[in-house]
Amino acid sequence: MQLVLTEDQELLAKTAADFVAERSPVSRMRQLRDQEDPDGFSRALWKEMAELGWVGIPFSEAFGGAEMGLAELAVVLEELGRALAPEPFLATVLLGGQALALAGSDAQKKAWLEAVVSGDRFLALAQQERGSRFDLHRVATRAEATGSGFRITGEKVAVLDGAAADAIVVVARTAGAEDDRAGITLFLVPADAPGLRVERQFRVDARGAALVHLEGCEVGGDAVLGKVGEGLAVLEAVADRATVGLCAEMLGSMSEAFDRTLAYLKDRIQFDVPIGSFQALKHRAAELFIQIELCRSAVMAAARGVDEGDGEAAKLVSLAKARCSEAAIRVANEAIQMHGGIGMTDEHEIGFFLKRARAAELTLGDASWHRNRWARLAGY
Amino acid sequence: MSDPTDLEAFRREARQWIEANAPPEIRGLESSIEGAGNWGGRRATFDPPEMKVWMERMAERGWTAPTWPTEYGGGGLSKDHAKVLGQELARAKAPPALMGFGLEMIGPTLLQFGTEEQKDLHLPKIARGEIRWCQGYSEPDAGSDLASLQMKAVRDGDDFIVNGTKVWTSYGDLSDWIFCLVRTDPEAKKQEGITFLLIDMDAPGVSVKPIQLISGKSPFCETRFDDVRVPVANVVSEIDAGWTVAKALLGYEREMIADAFGGSRSGSKKKTTGQGSRLVQLARHYGFGNGGALSDGVLRDEIARLEMDERAFHLTVQRSRDAAKAGHRPGPESSLFKVYATELNKDRHELMVRIAGAQGLGWEGPGYEDEEIALTRAWLRSRGNSIEGGTSEIQLNIIAKRVLGLPD
Repeated sequence: MQLVLTEDQELLAKTAADFVAERSPVSRMRQLRDQEDPDGFSRALWKEMAELGWVGIPFSEAFGGAEMGLAELAVVLEELGRALAPEPFLATVLLGGQALALAGSDAQKKAWLEAVVSGDRFLALAQQERGSRFDLHRVATRAEATGSGFRITGEKVAVLDGAAADAIVVVARTAGAEDDRAGITLFLVPADAPGLRVERQFRVDARGAALVHLEGCEVGGDAVLGKVGEGLAVLEAVADRATVGLCAEMLGSMSEAFDRTLAYLKDRIQFDVPIGSFQALKHRAAELFIQIELCRSAVMAAARGVDEGDGEAAKLVSLAKARCSEAAIRVANEAIQMHGGIGMTDEHEIGFFLKRARAAELTLGDASWHRNRWARLAGY
Repeated sequence: MSDPTDLEAFRREARQWIEANAPPEIRGLESSIEGAGNWGGRRATFDPPEMKVWMERMAERGWTAPTWPTEYGGGGLSKDHAKVLGQELARAKAPPALMGFGLEMIGPTLLQFGTEEQKDLHLPKIARGEIRWCQGYSEPDAGSDLASLQMKAVRDGDDFIVNGTKVWTSYGDLSDWIFCLVRTDPEAKKQEGITFLLIDMDAPGVSVKPIQLISGKSPFCETRFDDVRVPVANVVSEIDAGWTVAKALLGYEREMIADAFGGSRSGSKKKTTGQGSRLVQLARHYGFGNGGALSDGVLRDEIARLEMDERAFHLTVQRSRDAAKAGHRPGPESSLFKVYATELNKDRHELMVRIAGAQGLGWEGPGYEDEEIALTRAWLRSRGNSIEGGTSEIQLNIIAKRVLGLPD
């Protein structure tokens, strides 16, 4: 594993940074929030990102993708994270998209992936429930076999960009008790399936999320993704990939929050001097710098670990998410404190970074969940 | 970048040579920055005696200082070749044939700043382990504010007359030569009147007294200089230009300390997991359950947190080296190595003593295993990690100023 960007990756990062600077300032996110946009992101901009090839990065060339890895996707997501861009890479490319790519039949992939890669279709993954916390195997939603297919009943929460999705990958239990590892099945449910009701949620980070009600939702046998009862392994692989993507976004947004704070420390004059000359603030800034650098190493290693099928990839993913979760919150809290009163106003953008950090922390496992997973994977 | 086929040929050669020349008695011996292992010098004691054989054979080959030029007793190897040699030594469980401040600190400094005469005189003796060096930087009234040092060197013909006291001279009582910062111009601005001077500790007027630490050990000394005569030819770089040399050497020192505390040169993950499992083994040994999840969930989380912090640190060291290999200039991440490595080492010792519980309190005598007493004393010793070589607070100042550009 080489923890250094290749020339191609550096070029990609530069393209992404230029695009974000020109087309996606943080103010765009504010606008979407204030308009209560039903999607919570821009479909037009998504189409442009697809044309740049970003949406297709991890998908097969057969569907118009680039067949590149998380290492490449991460450099793009880091730049988007800097600007808090809300476009649905997590939901469409990494959660729903990877479930399809990893477990879908040829017919399912053919039906969906080309339109996903071209930026015309959106996907989501409905996994989390009110009682499941972050555990992937705790599934109460049930799917009963009917003559022609399955009837799914349950409720899913925090479904990222669920309201915009054309199809939702639903995690349901076809056998076993609520926390059995076996008996979990993935279903690809079209948004217009009977008995499926999607309700947009409004969260602190203003990103698109939804409640998904499965009220005896009827699907055909061809809706099953992968094998009946064996969905957990797929789900774990999907979650690890999505977590790497989320960490890359977090790395970008914490870096941006830190850079803005650093600039403020140099500009803001109190007691006739820049407040950045005070050692009480200097040391805290230096400590934040250290935390961000450690996050960068962990995110790069996790992306490459998953791409290369490293035996320790799952541990590296948990390392990255645990670190990014704590660092993003710490950086954002310090950013507000160091900005002082102005940092508490909605008019100033620095508060958005705290809201995004909290939402990201509490998505796909927080720091203590991932430390717990690390210890379990290490055998203690 | 070296030719890989050439590297593989070298690997085979090194492997054969090590197999033929590393005495079985020295295989698997420990060495550490805390003084274990062979540090050479006139007062060297070799335990076991085969260590002397090992040192001489390695020195003959130039491999005690693998990357130094051959004319100064080095091996003339590229960094890539030296890395392969390190891997083969580790593979054969052969400890370093020679360690110390000569190889790690004054040697590289002389290669950078020394005169031809100085290099000819000192480097081969360092590489052969004949002369052991110590460092004379801090003084009783000059710690973090190093540039306020007062040890005086007054010109007298071709000599300086040196008077003053240095503290925290590591292993001063076992060393033969000392590299010192001395004040040659008391009128100049603090950093400008300082000279970097090499002093033979056998010279009349040099006296050394060990300092006992809270750990009960005495790795450091106080070294006094009373009218010591030192030739002007022993100045490294120019008179009054010692601060520049000192800063370069501090860089080598921080690298050595960061390396010693986990920035393992190979960047291997094996070491990390090994260390992690040592904490877990310790926890199981001291009653936190024989299998499965540790019985105390809070302690388990603390172990996981430390292991993960250590892994993130190792990955950062690896990232820095991978970037260097790819031809990038050193990135800002290298500035965190010293402060973070030493804080982690303190955390690790803290946690180990707490895991040991009442068995972590032993000083000497009955009821404690040797390893337990060593653990307790190592915990106390580790408190100094974030003080020596530039305190953590000084490191944070440096990051704030040089990396983040925050104003004074």
